[in-house]
Amino acid sequence: MNTVFIVAEKEFRDGLRNRWALAITLIFALLALGIAYFGAAASGAVGFTSLDTTLVSLSSLAVFLIPLIALMLAYDSIVGEEEQGTLLLLLTYPLNRLQLLLGKFLGHGAILAVSTSVGFGLAAVVILLFSDTAAVGALVAAFSYFIVTAVLLGWVFIAFALLLSSLAGEKSRAAGLALVVWFVFVLVFDLALLGLLVGTGGGVNADLFRYLLLLNPTDVFRLANLTGFEATQASAGLTSIAAEHRFGPGTLLFVLMAWVIVPLALAGWHFSQRRT
Amino acid sequence: MTAAIELTGVCKRYGKLGALNGLDLRIEPGEVLGLLGHNGAGKTTTMKIVLGLIAVSEGSVRVFGHDPRARGAGGRRHWVGYLPESVTFYEQLSGREVLSYFARLKRASRTQVELLLERVGLSAAADRRVKTYSKGMRQRLGLAQALLGRPRLLLLDEPTVGLDPLATQQFYQMIDELREDGVSIILCSHVLPGVERHIDRAAILGGGRLLALGSLETLREQAGLPLLIQARGDFQQTDCVASFAEPGYQARRIDAHRLELAVPATAKLSALRQLLDHPKVNDLTFEPPSLESLYTYFDGLARVDS
Repeated sequence: MNTVFIVAEKEFRDGLRNRWALAITLIFALLALGIAYFGAAASGAVGFTSLDTTLVSLSSLAVFLIPLIALMLAYDSIVGEEEQGTLLLLLTYPLNRLQLLLGKFLGHGAILAVSTSVGFGLAAVVILLFSDTAAVGALVAAFSYFIVTAVLLGWVFIAFALLLSSLAGEKSRAAGLALVVWFVFVLVFDLALLGLLVGTGGGVNADLFRYLLLLNPTDVFRLANLTGFEATQASAGLTSIAAEHRFGPGTLLFVLMAWVIVPLALAGWHFSQRRT
Repeated sequence: MTAAIELTGVCKRYGKLGALNGLDLRIEPGEVLGLLGHNGAGKTTTMKIVLGLIAVSEGSVRVFGHDPRARGAGGRRHWVGYLPESVTFYEQLSGREVLSYFARLKRASRTQVELLLERVGLSAAADRRVKTYSKGMRQRLGLAQALLGRPRLLLLDEPTVGLDPLATQQFYQMIDELREDGVSIILCSHVLPGVERHIDRAAILGGGRLLALGSLETLREQAGLPLLIQARGDFQQTDCVASFAEPGYQARRIDAHRLELAVPATAKLSALRQLLDHPKVNDLTFEPPSLESLYTYFDGLARVDS
């Protein structure tokens, strides 16, 4: 177990050194503040708007950004180390492939978790200080839940990135595959579901439909963050269909965790089969 | 005593291509073996098999009596140091950071990191990024990481490439010290000069097979290569070679001042006496068949066979 943490620590330090952590934190903080402050600009006013609107806008942007950042962060973890020539050397050390993979996951996961928490957390503090919201408890609770699901969403795509990285023979291939994964889960999947819905004239069983949404981690994130609010009807997109029969927050967190574990396990299997 | 390495009938095939065809090799603790062969002879494949990085197609591998690919073999890698050919590191880290990372993985102490940096002469450059290192400095950092912990077996692939003459000398000195401590070492190389005096035995690989194995004396005997003696003196007359017309001798006039005489190793002394008595000779140099010529000889034999 100790070995896993040695690898994770190195990855984390690398993330601090090459400013990934700083960049992600800044992006998230500015994004959150911008949305909170200018969120109501469309209706002709600036200033901090309601918590609901802020979180809803934030979620619908995060759902595009977080998977992309996570994939970029980790797509070269294995294949990059191989191209660099260090993988061969590492494998002659007293550590096995699973430990290396888990260490990489923990390291990247920690970078993303810290940046996400600090970035969005800072924004939450600023909003709390400058808005006249009375409901401090509600704000803290809502932001915490949002941050937890955002971190989990990031971990899902770090796990995917590791899977691609242990599958691909070259770094450029891994990057291409990462783009495909992002495209499929963030855009294509929903379009396909929409097509299904329109094609069948809405004849899809609503129960079946809401389970279909669980097949896409970004939709699980949307379900968790959008369907809970009144203000979401316009921006929740497809997921609003499932709003009537809601999944509990616990269920959704559990599904997201499953989405972390499955690609990570596959990555472990492929990495152990890889000829190096 | 268990052998450090014991390979029995090892074959490795990549698809139809045979990288190793029935290799038998045994290395004792404290032995230094030179593993020689041209590109594609199977040197690196042999190393990777010993390290447990790849599985054999046939045969058995034992490193200190254990299969390097068995479950739990990871723990035994504490005893093994490896320097890959053209070693690379994390470019954005400093030399000290790289070595510390590998030291933590091998449970080696911080003090050893400093000692090794000192030993390979990288102390002054330890805080510079590896990106700025020259080829020789990278090679020295590679050596340092191979020595982390207390290795009982060292596998060094082309260890002296990129090292300047002084660093090469220091490297061989280090090899001698390690052998004294009972460390088994495989030096894998096709750059031969200088390695002779530091190896106990040489193994010459070609086409995935062992072409020759033994101490340098044994190999010289087996090869029966002639001893080359070079004489300096006055050889203006082209017929001077005629005075060395003994059976088995081969004389060749290089130019007006130099003459080369190839004699059987057994006739060394009588040939030298004859040259010393020769009125026109005023200087002599000779050396036993070098590892390089042995290598060329055995490699040539294998080519004729196939």
